[in-house]
Amino acid sequence: MATHSITLTVNGAKEQVDVASNWTLLQLLRDRLALTGTKNGCSAGECGACTVLLNGEPVNSCLVLAVEADGANVVTVEGLAHDGQLDPLQQAFIDEGAVQCGFCTPGMLLSARALLTRNPHPSEREIRQALVGNLCRCTGYARIVRAVQKAAG
Amino acid sequence: MLSRPGLPSFDYVRAGSHDEVVRLLVTGGPDVRLLMGGTDLLVRMRDGVVRARTLVDVKHLPGMRTIAYDSAAGLTVGAAVTMNQLASNADVRAHYAILAEAASAVASYQVRNRATLGGNLCNASPAADTAPAVMVLGGRLVLCGPEGEREVPIDEFFLGPGKSARQANEFLTAVRLPPPRQGARGTYLKLGRNREGDLAVVGVGVLGSPSSEVPPGYAFSIALASVAPVPLRATAAERLLAGQKPGGAAFAAAAQLAAQEARPIDDVRSGVAYRRAMVESLTRRGLETVWRGLSAASSGRGR
Repeated sequence: MATHSITLTVNGAKEQVDVASNWTLLQLLRDRLALTGTKNGCSAGECGACTVLLNGEPVNSCLVLAVEADGANVVTVEGLAHDGQLDPLQQAFIDEGAVQCGFCTPGMLLSARALLTRNPHPSEREIRQALVGNLCRCTGYARIVRAVQKAAG
Repeated sequence: MLSRPGLPSFDYVRAGSHDEVVRLLVTGGPDVRLLMGGTDLLVRMRDGVVRARTLVDVKHLPGMRTIAYDSAAGLTVGAAVTMNQLASNADVRAHYAILAEAASAVASYQVRNRATLGGNLCNASPAADTAPAVMVLGGRLVLCGPEGEREVPIDEFFLGPGKSARQANEFLTAVRLPPPRQGARGTYLKLGRNREGDLAVVGVGVLGSPSSEVPPGYAFSIALASVAPVPLRATAAERLLAGQKPGGAAFAAAAQLAAQEARPIDDVRSGVAYRRAMVESLTRRGLETVWRGLSAASSGRGR
């Protein structure tokens, strides 16, 4: 099987890596770059635990080949905080108690971050629509939606 | 530890030209699969349902990811245009709103960032959300093969679940839609097990427009998803509407015909009787919604 030499920017840092054809972006992030904040849930694009930003837009990293991310700009949950300051969304999730087991949280944060970037003041319905692809099985959606509303101000 | 479960082995090729894709399809046969968004293909490969030795990524070829609108020529959508691109494109929203609506109905926002119009159609799933929209809009599929390009009307494209008129040595490069019908109104109504994010239990696309070619002065097109082996035109319902004054009685009768035309099955998402009942309900609702839009536009013009 062929390997490919790719370069990409992950959380602001340039990375050059050799990846096998069948590696997903999720595998590259977790197993090569040790960015284990991104979670592997269903491996089928249903649960959204593996959501990252690819060139600014949320995608399921389990359904993107690593080689497809050649030249791309990737942001994971590890890249949300800046200068020791949590992203306002992260702080809002803490303040609203929107994290219980935490498994869905990284994906939730990135989907919500992308929503607030394209629509800084979403309605509750718009928030719920934007998070349809992020399943939570324990915290419950009410607190998560409230956290996004709080971060939106 | 590797994230589980991984994908089986294959080689990835980023296609550099149309000729290269056709050559790989001809020489590789069933070992070669085309990759666009990967939202179906990679899941099926992981599940072992689809096997491939080579994935040919065709989305970087010229034109594959562009949307071009011309009021005289109509709309050309590259096969690898994503659902979110379609849903947010100003020309699509202004002139082919039903297509934007259908694209927004697919799965989740993340999936719509990868899933493509061409992939949705080429999978030939009866439940393809974009199929009814492209059908009522009179779309044609541009296929590229060893003999060059050919166009297939979408009404002739779907042959059965997972089967289409695309030959093994061809790939879809674009979907062409004729210029928008003057004053057209359309809607795509989708019923899933959840309000959003699920595959369609029933999908109904309705397009209506003022028309001097039929006696009532308005022409209606209706297409159904997830209720037959292929996405289906409700032709009997359309014929009935071509001969009757638009309104509640005609819409109810047409909806009944559409329900009879549907050939649903029992599956994990729903049963035959419920699907039929929902075809009737959604078709009537779709016709009424479209008719309200047409009536408002016509009174707005002072008629």
